[in-house]
Amino acid sequence: MVRRRHWAGPTGLGLAVIYLSLIVLIPLGAVVYKSQEGGFSAFWHALTAPQPWAALKLTVYSSLIVAAINLVMGTLIAWVLVRDRFPGAGIVDTLIDLPFALPTIVAGLVLLALYGPNSPVHVNIAYAKIGVVAALLFVTLPFVVRTVQPVLAELDTDMEEAAASLGASQWAIARRVILPNLLPAMLAGTALSFARAVSEFGSTVLISGNLPFKTEVAAVNIFNQIEADNTLGAAALSTALLVIALVVMLLLEVVRRWVARRG
Amino acid sequence: MANAPSRPARYGIRFVALGYLLVLLVVPLILVVKRTFSSGLGAFFDALTGSQAAHAFEITAIVAGVAVLANTIFGVGAALLLVRHKFPGRRLFDAVIDLPVAVSPVVVGLALTLIYGAHEPVGGWLTRHGLQIIFSLPGMVLATIFVGLPLVVRAVAPVLEEIGDEQEQAAYTLGSSVWQTFWRITLPSIRGALAYGVVLALARSLGEYGAVAVVSGRILGQTQTITLFVEERFENFDQTAAYSAAFALAVLAVLSLLVARRLRPAGHTR
Repeated sequence: MVRRRHWAGPTGLGLAVIYLSLIVLIPLGAVVYKSQEGGFSAFWHALTAPQPWAALKLTVYSSLIVAAINLVMGTLIAWVLVRDRFPGAGIVDTLIDLPFALPTIVAGLVLLALYGPNSPVHVNIAYAKIGVVAALLFVTLPFVVRTVQPVLAELDTDMEEAAASLGASQWAIARRVILPNLLPAMLAGTALSFARAVSEFGSTVLISGNLPFKTEVAAVNIFNQIEADNTLGAAALSTALLVIALVVMLLLEVVRRWVARRG
Repeated sequence: MANAPSRPARYGIRFVALGYLLVLLVVPLILVVKRTFSSGLGAFFDALTGSQAAHAFEITAIVAGVAVLANTIFGVGAALLLVRHKFPGRRLFDAVIDLPVAVSPVVVGLALTLIYGAHEPVGGWLTRHGLQIIFSLPGMVLATIFVGLPLVVRAVAPVLEEIGDEQEQAAYTLGSSVWQTFWRITLPSIRGALAYGVVLALARSLGEYGAVAVVSGRILGQTQTITLFVEERFENFDQTAAYSAAFALAVLAVLSLLVARRLRPAGHTR
């Protein structure tokens, strides 16, 4: 069918491109430009200055830990929600999305209520590295659950039953039948949770105390550098975060293509 | 099921998964409720109706309202472009819409400051012409638009794809204009998905903290949103106000979650 030519298409596209450019593309471009204004060595020098470098290392390490925990716990939670229909599963299913809906600053406050200085269970992880990890676990909880859950729900139990009838043990079925089918979704969710953890700001502000060299994550360091008018330093670390996010997104695309090819 | 894990294994997994949710999510949430009302219901309402809190709620409502309106118009337009039109660079356009998800809120704030700050060429020119963006409401609106940008597009596009364009083509054939077709045919059929996207965008906009913290300059009584209020009150040892406002935000989050679940178009996983 021949599509009617009309002014609405081109005009709309023009407006949409202007909107994206003014709000997203030009400002982000300015960050990268600012970081390279003094040449690559100035960028590298600003990025590897002791405090931002320590913040970046803390961020990447704790995000890796968080991603690994999410990979295991997220898959287990998804399995429980799909295969182990227990009473109250519906409520738990709704609860999973809460970390996405809750403002990040509230998430930090929520964790402080239980694990802060006035903890009723006498567990104080405020101002410690483990507090950062806890905050990141909280805000990234839904990623793996929500990517694995639909795949697991669609997964036919025929294969598992066939394997069982041929005498395969439970463990062998989990490892040889279920896991390979879930792996792409598990990896995609893990990558998303890693990317989110690396860029996280609000939830870590209250619980970490933002101690330089100890609990200051990259986003908080950028914030402090902006406040101190150290624009080059802030732009350098921001660019590093953007590059990490870009690499993760590319890896996700690779996983998607790999899945598409396997069919 | 013959292949189901044995009972002990299943209970074991259930115990681990639910225990994790309990210590990470459920118990902390219960404690927030307890902390909020530890000084009584009166203190809770006093904290929320004080002039500073009321002003912060007002700022949040204005900023989130304008940002959601802008993203709704953009979102429907962009979804229509992506689904109904073919144009060079379509895949790039598609990818750029998802970009805000991957950007740290603080980086959003820095990015906007580097263009629209009063000491930058563009921002300086605008300031001289009477439009201050950074450390003022327009910048906070821009930051909030940035972080919520993909939500409406991603809610509407799959539904547009699904319904196809046969009805729209029929309307054109019968002489209906682009606007008439949009209002009478397209909009009614994407109503549910649009409402779903708007609720998600609204929740995201009400709760935005990092990007707004940077561009607002956190000026008390002027650019303080409700999330900034939570942080500022907490740092100043006013726990009652901090927890009261946080509780109000949490209630809004839960409400939006329940509404979004009802509105979620079939087939959407998130």
